[in-house]
Amino acid sequence: MADYDAIVVGAGLSGSTAAYCMAKAGLSVLVLERGDAAGAKNVTGGRLYGHSLEKIIPGFAEEAPLERKIVRERVSMLTEDACFSADFHSASRFAEPGSASYTVLRAEFDAWLAGKAEEAGCDLVCPARADELLLENGKISGVRAGDDELTSEVVLLADGVNSLLGQKAGLKKELSPHHVAVGVKEVIELPKGVINDRFGLNDGEGMANLMVGTPSGGMVGGGFLYTNKESLCLGLVITVADMAKSSVRLPDLMEKFREHPALKPMLAGGKLVEYSAHLVPEGGLHMLPSLSADNLLLLGDAAGLCMNLGYTVRGMDLAVASGEMAAQTVIEAKEKGDFSNAALSAYKGKLENSFVLKDLHTHKNAPDFIEHTPRMFEQYPALVADVFTQLFKVDGTPSKLLLKKALPLVSKVGFFNLLKDGFKGTRAL
Amino acid sequence: MNVEQKLSLNKFSVDEGNPHIVMHLDKMDEATIKALTVVCPAGLYTRDDSGKVAFEVAGCLECGTCRVAAAHIPGALDWNHPRASFGVQFRYG
Repeated sequence: MADYDAIVVGAGLSGSTAAYCMAKAGLSVLVLERGDAAGAKNVTGGRLYGHSLEKIIPGFAEEAPLERKIVRERVSMLTEDACFSADFHSASRFAEPGSASYTVLRAEFDAWLAGKAEEAGCDLVCPARADELLLENGKISGVRAGDDELTSEVVLLADGVNSLLGQKAGLKKELSPHHVAVGVKEVIELPKGVINDRFGLNDGEGMANLMVGTPSGGMVGGGFLYTNKESLCLGLVITVADMAKSSVRLPDLMEKFREHPALKPMLAGGKLVEYSAHLVPEGGLHMLPSLSADNLLLLGDAAGLCMNLGYTVRGMDLAVASGEMAAQTVIEAKEKGDFSNAALSAYKGKLENSFVLKDLHTHKNAPDFIEHTPRMFEQYPALVADVFTQLFKVDGTPSKLLLKKALPLVSKVGFFNLLKDGFKGTRAL
Repeated sequence: MNVEQKLSLNKFSVDEGNPHIVMHLDKMDEATIKALTVVCPAGLYTRDDSGKVAFEVAGCLECGTCRVAAAHIPGALDWNHPRASFGVQFRYG
């Protein structure tokens, strides 16, 4: 007789969601978390799209420790000395719980969600590092954590992007430097009122700003700025393959980023309180691992369930949904008394029928497009800055018509390139 | 602010004598060493003026970037998550 029906490795969003759903259905569940508390090893940019958690815990926004609800979406192109932004503000269009998104800080948020799972009846042990999967007669029978051997019918690996256990079990291959990006982030404290005033927000309202261009030093990647209640999250995300060829160290790029003339006044007076980093799986469908094996399931970041479209970055909503579907699969498996891969592979079917794999499929060409369109990271931001300089500069020299101003600038990049990238981009993103 | 000052703001507990990452320089090529010195967000892989390469585990943010950057050379790095109660504990995340 196993100690538990299910052992979940990792109390992040996918792990705690799975634990919550399984415990609610009456299964005995153990969650192992290597941090001192749930969330202590986790980092987000970050914004949580609320729809998938709303489905599981209706009205979660009322009780969860959320930072701000996003009402302002800003996408910017930066050169060394200029910044062009598209700024979309609407407090009403993203107001419904099913379409609202929120900035979150993971230490607090993950601890809350893990607490919900505990309330539902699961056991949470932290800190506990899952060292290896236990085998009995060639079949996975639990987890060894330090000196403790814990047994279960099924193990759910929700151990994050660096899922060593998932690799060792043969579900996934070593991460490719082309499929993961390194994210680095600073949490910068500022008073609530200053953030409201600086970014044109009311109490509780937030802004998400993604940036392309000089933040990544022309490499495949970009910058981000999110507003929290009383802090900002500023960071960079750069594909590891590109970063490895950089002549500038990542910490130096980050320092240069915060000194950008358009950003510096937004950060002024802020106090840096934490410096963090994390890998982001960005390969989409191309890095999709095997999602199940006998007595084993792979969830969230460990399964590479993330999407970066440049203007939208998602991972946490996919993680939550994968946790829910893994839990449903295990609940069904317990009813049948069958935890073999034949039964557990229903998990992939559920993901395929949901937004998780549908969206990854829709945008399957996005990672390729982004990686193979270097103009997006250097030439286009420069072009946009030049065009707008021409548009707004009045210096007494005889003026020209817009077309005459823009044509020479566009021809520097090449009309054909612009058309081709525009065509490919709208079909991939 | 340099990266050492930034790291000093974080909450760390170093597992003395039990590093979760061990670098095997003898197995690495020049390009990989160079990559490690630029990709690490904490700047923990360094090369001094005399060309000596060093790795300092204290300050590790546990992102795994070095693991991925050196993955093409088997045995270049022994990489694991820190033991329970060690490593970085993010207070914000």
